[in-house]
Amino acid sequence: MLETFLLSRIQFATNISFHILFPSISIALAWFLFYFKVRHEISGHPVWLRCYRFWVKIFALTFAIGVVSGITMSFQFGTNWPGFMERVGNIAGPLLGYEVLTAFFMEATFLGAMLFGMKRLPSWVHTLCTFLVAIGTSMSAFWILALNSWMQTPQGHIMVDGVAHPEDWVQIIFNPSFPYRLLHTLLASGLTASFLVAGISAYRIWKGDNKLAPKVALKAGIFTAAVLIPLQIFIGDLHGLNTLKHQPQKIAAMEGIWETQNGAPLLLFAIPDEEQRTNHFEIAVPKLASIILTHDSNGEVKGLNEFEGEHPPVKAVFFSFRIMIGVGLLMLIVSWLVSWFLVTKKTLQKKTLLTLVSMSFSGWVATLAGWYVTEIGRQPYLVSGVLKTSEAVTNLPPSNVLFSLIVYVITYTLIMVAFLHTIFYMARKSAAVPEFDLSDLNSGTSLTNYKGKGVNSNNQPIGESA
Amino acid sequence: MSFEQALPYIFLLLMALSILIYAILDGFDLGVGILLHRSSRTHRNQMIASIGPFWDANETWLVLAVGILLIAFPTAHSIFLRELYIPVLFLILGLIIRGVAFDFRAKAVTKYQNLWDQVFRLGSILATASQGFMMGAYVTGFEDSVQAFLFSCLSAICITAAYAYIGGAWLVLKTEGELQQYAARKARTAGWFTGLGVLSICVANPLINPQVAERWFSLPAAILLLPIPLTTFSLMLVVDYYLKKVPWNNDLGCWIPFTAVAGVFFMCLVGLAYSYYPYVIPNKLLAVDAASSSKSLSFVFYGVAIVLPIILIYTLFSYRIFKGKTTALEYS
Repeated sequence: MLETFLLSRIQFATNISFHILFPSISIALAWFLFYFKVRHEISGHPVWLRCYRFWVKIFALTFAIGVVSGITMSFQFGTNWPGFMERVGNIAGPLLGYEVLTAFFMEATFLGAMLFGMKRLPSWVHTLCTFLVAIGTSMSAFWILALNSWMQTPQGHIMVDGVAHPEDWVQIIFNPSFPYRLLHTLLASGLTASFLVAGISAYRIWKGDNKLAPKVALKAGIFTAAVLIPLQIFIGDLHGLNTLKHQPQKIAAMEGIWETQNGAPLLLFAIPDEEQRTNHFEIAVPKLASIILTHDSNGEVKGLNEFEGEHPPVKAVFFSFRIMIGVGLLMLIVSWLVSWFLVTKKTLQKKTLLTLVSMSFSGWVATLAGWYVTEIGRQPYLVSGVLKTSEAVTNLPPSNVLFSLIVYVITYTLIMVAFLHTIFYMARKSAAVPEFDLSDLNSGTSLTNYKGKGVNSNNQPIGESA
Repeated sequence: MSFEQALPYIFLLLMALSILIYAILDGFDLGVGILLHRSSRTHRNQMIASIGPFWDANETWLVLAVGILLIAFPTAHSIFLRELYIPVLFLILGLIIRGVAFDFRAKAVTKYQNLWDQVFRLGSILATASQGFMMGAYVTGFEDSVQAFLFSCLSAICITAAYAYIGGAWLVLKTEGELQQYAARKARTAGWFTGLGVLSICVANPLINPQVAERWFSLPAAILLLPIPLTTFSLMLVVDYYLKKVPWNNDLGCWIPFTAVAGVFFMCLVGLAYSYYPYVIPNKLLAVDAASSSKSLSFVFYGVAIVLPIILIYTLFSYRIFKGKTTALEYS
C-alpha cells in the first residue's frame, strides 16, 4: 500500500492540475468577451454579438468547472495538508481570504447578469458586468499567485515557535518572484485562450461554417497570440533570471547541470540520471546556458552538487521545462505564420485550419508543463526554506486518501470527456445553423447592414470551404 | 475587551453569518435540484431557469464560510476536515457533478439532457445529505459510535428535507400554475420532515452534551430562550397553512413561504450558536484557542469590513435584475 504522503501529493497534483486548466482559459476568455462586446457597442455590427454569444457559452462551461474544482481546492489544505495551515496559515489564510472577498464573489455574482441578463439590462450595464467578471478573474489570479509566489520566495514574515507570523503585508504580497510569475501566468492564460478561440473557430470553418463570426474570432485569436507570444518569451526569460537569483537549485534542475561550471552548455536533450547524478544522451549547445543565464559566455552556473538533499527531482523538472519551451516555440511559429497568411492572402488552406484545430489546447500543455517546472522545482519544500512538504501532510490512513483519489480521478476523467465533447459539439451545431439566428435582440439586423459597418476587410472568405 | 481580543469572536460571528446566508441562498438552489421534476421537461427547464443566474454566486458563500474557518481558526479547520474526510469528499463530489451538470445540460445534445438532469438531482442530494451528515457528526462531537452514526444519518435526511423545503418555497415565489402547485405540495411534505429534524436535534443535543442541557434548561435562560422554538414552529405552521392553500388569488403573498423558511433557518442557527458559543468545536476547542495571529485577523478584518457590504449590495443588485416570475433562460 502506498503511503499517505505520496497519495496526498498525487491527489493534490491531480486536483490542481485539473483545476488550473479551466481558469487558464477563463481568465483571458473573459477579456476576449469584453473585447467582442465593446466592439459591438462601438460598431453595432451583429457579428461581434455572434462571437460573444458563441464564446460566452464556452466561458460559462469553463467557469463552472473552474468554480467547482476550485471549491475542492479550498478543502484540500485542511483534508490533506493540515501542517500547511498550522505553520503558515497566518500568511496563506488572509491571501486566500482576499481572493474570495475581492474576486470570487465579484466574478460569480456578475456572471449571472452577464450570462442571462442581456435582455433585462441596458447594453452598457451588461458590458460593465462583462468587464467586472473579467476584472474578477484577473484579481483572482493576483491573490492566488501572490500566495504561490510567497511560497516560492517567502519574505515579510517572522518565525515564532515554527509558526510564520506576518510582519509586512506589502513585502509578503510583492515578494521577489511575484511580478514575474503574475505576468507569466496571465500571458499564459492569454495564449491558452487565444489558441482555443482560434482553434475552435478553425474547426467551425473546417466543418463548413462560412458565416462571418468564426472568421472574425479566428483573427482575433491568432493576432492576439502573435502579439502575446514574443512578450511571453521575454517575460519568461526575466522570470528565469529571477529564479536563478532566488532559487538557483530550480534552475540547475531545469538545465540539468549537475556540477557547478563556467561556460555551461544548453542541453537541447538529455536523460538525467538521478542515481549516478549525470546525464545520458546529451545534445548540447556549448556555453549557451551561461550566455542566457549570466549574459557572459564563461559565466558561472551553480550545479545541483551545491544543493545535495535540498534540490528537486531533476527528471520531472528537466523534461517539463523542455515541453513548455517546445510548445512555446511552436506557438510562435504557428501564430506568426498564420498571421502572415491572414494579412497577405486573406485565405487559409485546409491544412492550416487543421494545424490550428490541433493547437486548440496547446496552451494547456504549456501551462501545465510550466507549473510542473515551478512547483516540482520548489520541492522538497512546500514553502522554500520554511516548511518541507513532508512536514505538512495529514496523518489520515492511506486507504481514505486512496479512496478519495480514485473518486477524483474518475470524476475528473468523465468531466474532461464531457467538456471536450461538448465544446466540439457546440462548434458543429453553430456551423450547422444558418446565418441570422439572432433573436429579437437585434431586430435592426438585416442582410444590408452586413457589409460596410466597421468590418469591411473581414468580409473576405477565409476558409477554402467558404 | 480590546479590539485584538474581540477579533476571534468577530470572526465567529462572520462565519455564522456566511453559513446562514449559504444555507438560505445555496439552500434554495440545492432544494430546487432535489425537487427536480421527474416527468415534465418543461417544468424542469423552468425550475433550472429559476436558479440559473444565482447558483454560482450562492456557492461562493460556502467557500467564504470554509475560508473563514481556514483563515481564522486553522486548527479547527484541520480537525474538522480530518474527522469528516469522507463526508467532505461526498459533499465536494455532489457540488462538482451538479455544477457541471447544470452547464452541460444547457449545451449538450438533447438526448443527453435527461441524463444531465438526473446527475444534477443526484449531485444536489449528495451535497445536502453530506452537509446533514457533517452537521450530525459536529453536534455529536465526532463521536465514533453506532448511535452517533445513526444520528448523523437522520440529520442527513432532515437537512436534505430542509433544503427541499426552502427550494419548494423559492419555486412558489418564482413560478406559477401547475409547477407552483407541485412545488407547494413537495415543500409541505419537506416541511414536516424538517420539523422532525429540528425536534430531533432539540432532543438529542442536550442529551449528548450535558453542557448544552444546562444552558437550555437552567432558569432564567430557559424562559428567555423559549421564543426561539416558539417562533420556529409558528413560522412553520404559517408556511404549512399558506402552502396548503396554493394557488392564492393574484398570487397573494407568494413571498411568504420563502421569507418564513429563511426565518426558520435563522432561528435554528441562533439556537445552535447559543448552544456552543464560545466553542468552535463543541466542548473541544474554544474559538480563542483556535484563532490565528491577531495581525492576520486584523488584516483580513479591514478587507471584510470594506468588501462585505459591497458584496451584499451587488448580490441584491443581481437578484433585482431577475426579480419576478422566472422566464426562459437564454444565454445573452
